[in-house]
Amino acid sequence: MNERVLIVSALTDTGILSGLSSAEWDLLIRQGRRANLLARLAYQMTADDLMNAVPEQPRLHLISALRMVERQNKAMHWEVQCILKALGSAEADVILLKGAAYVMAGLPAANGRTFSDIDILIPKRRIAEAESQLMLNGWQGTHHDDYDQRYYRQWMHEIPPMRHIKRGTTIDVHHAILPESARLKINTPALFQNVVELPGYKQLFVLSPEDMLLHSATHLFHEGGLENGLRDLFDLDSLFRSFSEAPGFWEKLVPRASELGLSRPLYYAIRFCTMMLSTPIPGEVVAESRIGKPLAAISILMDFCYKRALRPAHESCSTAGTGLARACLYVRSHWMRMPFPLLVCHLVRKAIRNSAPPSWDAPLARDLN
Amino acid sequence: MKISEYSEKQLVDLLKRGHLLLSLKPFVTRVQSDIVSIARDIALMYGDFETCPIDSFADFHVSVVQETGILGWMKPRARFYFDGRPSFVPLPVDQAFAMLEWGLNWCIAAHSHQYLVIHAAVVEREGRAAILPGAPGAGKSTLCAALITRGWRLLSDELALFDMETSVLYGTCRPVNLKNTSIDIIKQFAPQVVMTESVADTTKGTIALMRPPTGSVSMVESPAHPAWVVLPRYLPSAPPKLESHSRAETFMLIAEQSFNYDIHGANGFNAVGNLIDRSQCYEFTYSKLEDAVSVFDGLCLGRIG
Repeated sequence: MNERVLIVSALTDTGILSGLSSAEWDLLIRQGRRANLLARLAYQMTADDLMNAVPEQPRLHLISALRMVERQNKAMHWEVQCILKALGSAEADVILLKGAAYVMAGLPAANGRTFSDIDILIPKRRIAEAESQLMLNGWQGTHHDDYDQRYYRQWMHEIPPMRHIKRGTTIDVHHAILPESARLKINTPALFQNVVELPGYKQLFVLSPEDMLLHSATHLFHEGGLENGLRDLFDLDSLFRSFSEAPGFWEKLVPRASELGLSRPLYYAIRFCTMMLSTPIPGEVVAESRIGKPLAAISILMDFCYKRALRPAHESCSTAGTGLARACLYVRSHWMRMPFPLLVCHLVRKAIRNSAPPSWDAPLARDLN
Repeated sequence: MKISEYSEKQLVDLLKRGHLLLSLKPFVTRVQSDIVSIARDIALMYGDFETCPIDSFADFHVSVVQETGILGWMKPRARFYFDGRPSFVPLPVDQAFAMLEWGLNWCIAAHSHQYLVIHAAVVEREGRAAILPGAPGAGKSTLCAALITRGWRLLSDELALFDMETSVLYGTCRPVNLKNTSIDIIKQFAPQVVMTESVADTTKGTIALMRPPTGSVSMVESPAHPAWVVLPRYLPSAPPKLESHSRAETFMLIAEQSFNYDIHGANGFNAVGNLIDRSQCYEFTYSKLEDAVSVFDGLCLGRIG
């Protein structure tokens, strides 16, 4: 169970790639594609000057994946410009989150990373105005059903995702980083105090290094689906590595987690990054972070679950208990998201409405013959 | 070893175990299926194609599996899986082979950004390629099917793979998709062609697939140089008419019909420009395939254009 899957071994040490057989390359490309880490691997290999040594067939898949993210990266810059233009008159500072933040701040976590949407954070009092500005500029609301509207607006930390009618891009507008109904109560006003303005832009910000890492951890360890769990763990690994140079990062990290109410997700981030990806984290920070450690029994259960769920959702990575682990984490994510009575009502409504599970991999809508 | 060298029983067995590695140059596809009719259709359509050893690298791992459960028992349906993940909606089981073909098209179009992948048929003669971009119903597959029975080589009836560095075209030379009345038209036009059984009531109407010519399959690795872009338009009882088409409009059409034009950015723009620069652009109206074949032969001999 503790052995690393091939894609993790390859990303943590590209040196192993020189000895791979055709069958191993086959498996590596499949795992990488499923985990949305293929382009990251391609980026890493290009940086290590290993691309030319790769057999042609797998190399073409790596290059394909790289082209895709390079394009997304460009599109991200354009999309952010469009969002700023739309929100310009709302006088609202825009804080980019997750992938959009990594790209626009030029962080290594953006290298080879794919995106499906853009996440922004703005103060709650500005939400209504921002929403109407976005609507005036071509973004349309989704989830028109009354229940969904209430679900988002009353309990969630974001409004329903908005999609641009022409470009088809999606924006998630957040006013907090966890649902209002969540068990974990976050000091949201404090989040807005340490933001960092991006040079060359007006009113465009990212979270401070500590907060960016804490948000990434919070997102991963509150998620239920975890289709991109391993990718998100690599994001954390990359953030830890690049911020280790930032002045005062390690000293501020654990105290800041306590201040925001995010000691638990930070504990998990450090535990699973060090355990699964050998992320270098100073011993005293690891020790300090244990204030976020849950009760022993829960800790054992979480180890069981995340060791299995933070692997590619690929048949070659399933082990005994993978299904159970994913199911547990799915239930947990709902448990964390809202109080029990509300959760029961919500799940019953969802169960009645969609008896079929959502499809993960909607293929191209185009007519292929 | 060629597919034609396997017995049907061997193919069924290989497919069941997911051990069939089909060489669809430049790709290798590993196919798994528990549906016997797929083995039969693979033998019929892909007889001239090679298989690869079990430990080879496969670009795409696909399965077409009969759905189980009560619904599966009542009305058998098949589902396409891309590397273990269900994709597309399930279809009646008699469409299983067509579904495999459509699924493979998607695999190539969505993952092969080493090429500009254009939704078009491509046929070749004397090293020069005619590209027939496809508005549905315009008759590109019918025209393509007719031409390849009269001396033109099939590159693809669906996906043109344009190598942006060397400016040449490749195709996988897979079976030609025929729809509705085209099926009988081609059977009459070229009685020797081998086709799958027709399957009625698909989303595209009645469909059948036509076996690619042996000569074309053996040349699948040879590229062709773009020479003509011809927009076919079938018009009942119209005389054949080949007219120059605006190069700018042809550019826009090719860009729009490329699956990954946007992904390539400026390179994609330059690639389409390059393709158009190397090609004469025509619109071709026709009603009879005989006429069409002689017009295309004229193109090749330089009598036109």
